[in-house]
Amino acid sequence: MTILTDPPKESFRLSMLIYDSRYRSTTIQIVALIGVLTLVGWLISNTAQNLADLGKEPSFSFLFESAGYDINQRLIDYNNQDTHLRAAFVGFLNTLLVAGMGCVTATVIGVFVGVLRLSNNWLVARLMTVYVETFRNIPVLLWIIFTMAILIETLPAPREFRGENPAAHMLLGDSVALTNRGFYVPEPLFSRSLGNIHLFGNSPLRFDVSLDLVAILAVLISSILVARLIGRRADRIQAATGDRPRTWHWRLAVLVLPTVAILWVLGFYLGYPELKGFNFRGGIHMRNSLIALWLALSVYTAAFIAEIVRAGILAISKGQTEAAAALGLRPRLIMSLVILPQALRIIIPPLISQFLNLTKNSSLAIAVGYMDITGTLMGITLNQTGRELETILIGMLIYLAISLSISAVMNVYNESVKLKER
Amino acid sequence: MTDLSFVRTEMLPERAPPPSTTGVIGWLRKNLFDGWLNSALTIVSLLFVFWVLDHLFVWGISPTWSDGSLDQCRTTISEAGWGGACWGVIRERWPQMLYGFYPEELRIRPTLAFFLLFIALIPVLFSMISRRMNWLLLALVLLAFTFAVESSGLIIAARVVLAAAALWIGVLLVRVPTGEEREEQIKQGAGRLPNPLWFTALYIFLMPWLLWGGTVWTPVAVALGIVIGGLAFRLLSPMTGTLAALIVAVVATILWWLLLSGPFADMMHGIFPIGLEPVKSRLFGGLMLSITIGVVAIAVSLPLGIVLALGRQSDLLIVKYLSVIFIEFIRGVPLITLLFVASVLLNIFMPPGTNFDIILRVIIMATIFSAAYMAEVIRGGLAALPKGQYEAADALGLDYWKAQRLVIMPQALKISIPGIVSTFIGLFKDTTLVSIIGLMDPIGLSNAIRADANWNGIVWELYGFIALMFFIFTFSMSRYSMYLERRLRTDHR
Repeated sequence: MTILTDPPKESFRLSMLIYDSRYRSTTIQIVALIGVLTLVGWLISNTAQNLADLGKEPSFSFLFESAGYDINQRLIDYNNQDTHLRAAFVGFLNTLLVAGMGCVTATVIGVFVGVLRLSNNWLVARLMTVYVETFRNIPVLLWIIFTMAILIETLPAPREFRGENPAAHMLLGDSVALTNRGFYVPEPLFSRSLGNIHLFGNSPLRFDVSLDLVAILAVLISSILVARLIGRRADRIQAATGDRPRTWHWRLAVLVLPTVAILWVLGFYLGYPELKGFNFRGGIHMRNSLIALWLALSVYTAAFIAEIVRAGILAISKGQTEAAAALGLRPRLIMSLVILPQALRIIIPPLISQFLNLTKNSSLAIAVGYMDITGTLMGITLNQTGRELETILIGMLIYLAISLSISAVMNVYNESVKLKER
Repeated sequence: MTDLSFVRTEMLPERAPPPSTTGVIGWLRKNLFDGWLNSALTIVSLLFVFWVLDHLFVWGISPTWSDGSLDQCRTTISEAGWGGACWGVIRERWPQMLYGFYPEELRIRPTLAFFLLFIALIPVLFSMISRRMNWLLLALVLLAFTFAVESSGLIIAARVVLAAAALWIGVLLVRVPTGEEREEQIKQGAGRLPNPLWFTALYIFLMPWLLWGGTVWTPVAVALGIVIGGLAFRLLSPMTGTLAALIVAVVATILWWLLLSGPFADMMHGIFPIGLEPVKSRLFGGLMLSITIGVVAIAVSLPLGIVLALGRQSDLLIVKYLSVIFIEFIRGVPLITLLFVASVLLNIFMPPGTNFDIILRVIIMATIFSAAYMAEVIRGGLAALPKGQYEAADALGLDYWKAQRLVIMPQALKISIPGIVSTFIGLFKDTTLVSIIGLMDPIGLSNAIRADANWNGIVWELYGFIALMFFIFTFSMSRYSMYLERRLRTDHR
């Protein structure tokens, strides 16, 4: 008969911290932590020492001093008497503006090119390959300044639109003017406007919300919801009786009519740009820097998106199409019920990371003088106040916040479409 | 019974396919004019291609190669009545676009470093390389060192001989040996000659020395630190175990670098003054600067990225979160903010009085940047490996590092090749951002050239030239990675 005994208890020795696998991982972690903390502490003490020598104690009070510089392209009211914080806020909104515009156009161009690269037409597929390789393999900074140069060098000056027999003409029935000072496009105006709400009073983060826009959005969203409800009802009827009632005309009416009605109630009209003196007045003035950055980022990122779309479509095996066809689905339904849901699962995560790249690349705005957060906070504010540490820190944190919120959204989406495995 | 038969008893002869489905016409019909939509697309594309080529051709073939200023170009074009581009600027400034303000008589050094880079890459990229390559490498190293000595008749003769020898061995190597010859070679050489990887290791120290110049003893002293660390590890590990020996080795290396390597280099230089004429960092520019930053950053970031990826996959919570924070922070901010850090903040982070040069600071930030991306790429490769591989390595009784080195990493790195190469391409393209903080990379130089009164207002030729330079590099790298992927593919297709 054997008796189970515990192994003899060893007394703890110091060398067990390294050689005993029970303690080793803790030892390694503590050593790593101490090492990193020492490094960080060393950097911070150096920084404090250096800043003290320079007579610049870290302080964020400069944010509330008057900025003293102008920002020509802006979404909210701003003048050079406003604070640096206000300027940074203007820059932040400009970053979001160009990133948002860029993501939309890049997706549209990218999907278009990606699908055409799979075309049966040899010439079209080759042309799209040339597009992708050209734009992917040349630095985006070069594309940005190149686009800027094209806009400045090839477009007519505003004065060439003047006179009896002008050298240049406005496009689309005298509504859009492409000049070397930027694009002038019609602006939406309301004759029976509801006015604006001013948020945050007089603080640097104040901004106006147009009630007209809110009203239009509210109507649009509710009509989309109603259209969904109609679709649900059709589903229920189909499930009960097997016949699906025709609802597309109802849904279309619900989508379009209320929106048209609210536009009419608000007295919607377009304010066209007009040539007054040596320049255009009225309309929305999109400066060259914005246009160049927007176009260059769009076409550059579109080349990457095209590859993602192509890979996503190619990744769905032909068996899926054939299986869906064997079930008796029609081609349109095969696409929308079988292929796209699977392709999107592959396409969306890298697509979002391209959006992230585009947002980060929008910091190159500084090369063409577009006043985004890099141009305002980490550009002019840094130079005027000499607060390198604080401005760069805030700027990095802002970009980090944008990136992390986009990747948080992506993680939620990934969870929802993930293949459910064991 | 009649002998009516409805069954054919002999085969019909094969007939040629209809002419409309074969040959050029068939191909055209199938690929270009298949249906009205396709035909319309083809015609539109053809018109577009014609329009682009028409404009580019007339613009590009321009009789302005020898002109010395933009005004002269315009006169030439208006006299000739055709053309458009002003290629004189490229003729006059292309050395500058390649080398920046690097002293003209020393430009052979970066060129040599650039070509040696490819030779240093060969042993890394092709594992089946002939060991006779050692002789080629030896000739090239000697050639590189001849530039360290004052030029004299003898030295020039030595250069010529060495270059010819290198060329001859190179030609011998290019000729692919037959199977028997190969066996013969292996029998003769492989046992005695070392693996040509020694040249790659040497190149790491050779390149900075060729670029920046200075005494040869500085790189030697730095290399000695690694030798000391390696020796300490070798000697100690049987006695104290791997971990303790590793710590001692790292500490010894760092102590050598910090305290002794400087005096050692000075002393040796006093005794044997061998060195190249030093070149200041601010003279670096052009494509050479982009390649320097790109190559150094990627070479350093690959091991760093592996460590970070392992850290992120690790079971050790503190190590894991430190890696995650580092990776996510770096990936969450644009490179330009890191370059701002390099240009204005890095000196503030260092002890008072340190002032190291801007190119080094940029390289440090670019390395950190690409290490974070590299870590994510390699983590993808690690995650793609089946769990069975980890378990099999454990079952064989391999410890963590052996399992990583022998089982996990070779497979994970193979999976990550496309990602690694595209990170490199991305970093190489991103080196243009240094123009924003005032370095003279090709884009920075194009602004400087336009500030010259002769070339004020020139745009397209410069940008086109820069784009072409980058395109050649990035495109060939991406094609190479595709080739590598195909060659390393071991699954059944």
